[in-house]
Amino acid sequence: MEIPYTISTRPDTGLWNAKIGIWLFLASEVMLFGGLFSAYVFLRLDAQPGEWPHGLLNVPIGTMNTAVLILSSVTVVLAWAALKMRRYNAYWWYMLATISCGIIFLFVKLYFEWPQKFSHYGVFIKPAAREKYEQYLGNHRRDEKGLEPRIEITGHLENHEALTDPNVKEYEIALDPVNADPDNPSNDRPHFIPLPATDKVAKIEKADVERMDSFGPWHSAYFASYFTITGLHGAHVLGGVLVFLYMWLPVSKKVYQRNPEHLANRVEVAGLFWHFVDLIWIFVFPLFYLL
Amino acid sequence: MNNPPDIAQDPAEHEEYAHGVHQHVSRYLIVGAILLFFTLLTVALSYVDFGGFFAWLFHIHISPATSGKLNIAVALIVAAFKVSLVALIFMHLAAEKRLIYRVLIFTGFFVLGLFWLTYLAWYDPITR
Repeated sequence: MEIPYTISTRPDTGLWNAKIGIWLFLASEVMLFGGLFSAYVFLRLDAQPGEWPHGLLNVPIGTMNTAVLILSSVTVVLAWAALKMRRYNAYWWYMLATISCGIIFLFVKLYFEWPQKFSHYGVFIKPAAREKYEQYLGNHRRDEKGLEPRIEITGHLENHEALTDPNVKEYEIALDPVNADPDNPSNDRPHFIPLPATDKVAKIEKADVERMDSFGPWHSAYFASYFTITGLHGAHVLGGVLVFLYMWLPVSKKVYQRNPEHLANRVEVAGLFWHFVDLIWIFVFPLFYLL
Repeated sequence: MNNPPDIAQDPAEHEEYAHGVHQHVSRYLIVGAILLFFTLLTVALSYVDFGGFFAWLFHIHISPATSGKLNIAVALIVAAFKVSLVALIFMHLAAEKRLIYRVLIFTGFFVLGLFWLTYLAWYDPITR
């Protein structure tokens, strides 16, 4: 039996069925991401002064990835329009461009952004000991200016044995510019181009440390929500790429030859999903990278 | 703001039909360019100290916390604009069938309810 209303529209809804299907699915996706975003709002509003970090992500790379995703949204809609105009060749190239954009996005995330975070450390100083590390925190000036206090010293860990060996009594941290020169007003706001860790090394006694973690999900509510939301978003990008791959391979040319409108409708539905993934990223990018 | 027709056309009318789709293509390209521009704009605006600017303009005192909130508001306005372009043009919501709008109205209602639950937790008298 043939599946009804894959190409022609149902008289009562005025739609072909897959279109209603994808919109119902997207409605459930809105609830899924909505729950995570409301958790983000809750965690952020509940953060104590200084607890919500700023400027820890690489903005130029994030901007580039945003552009890649927008570009892929354009190419997928062009691929669909090409099918509507019965230009299979153009469709094939636009689809290839879309798939490439998706793969570039995932590659940048998995090979540049995430691994960098796992080798970057933050040392949270006990409130009583913060005065001792004033030269790295610069809280006197921040307090005067009404800025949130710094509670954490960040950079690259020089002595990794300190993580496991209880006989090593202090962490040696190659400081990020923010902590190397904490009283410089230009460090009050995050920089666009992330500056590498300096060669200035701070020795921080373990006794003064509340906790110390790499920038993984365990670091803070900020990174927990960052990895959860971008991880789920990345899984969606991967899903979209796989579906597009199927529509791009010769298998789908047979569908096109049987009825071009059928493939056009499939691409439209997958495209709607892809635009939704893009739409989520448009919120993710400023919320995590910029603010 | 009509979208290209959903149903396959009579081959005899195909030339005219393809021309109709072609007109949409240029619109998609323009929207793509606008989205890229606004991406750069939102990055640039996030480095603008709005608090300092308004403090200078109106001779008032604005705390760093309020200044940060102004940046958040600006970024969300830009994001909302970009999202509505994607939804209206790329996702064809500018001219869609009524059933889809109905689905979306319910979605909007429930997602607002979800955010409202978070808001309620904020006023939880037991744990706070």
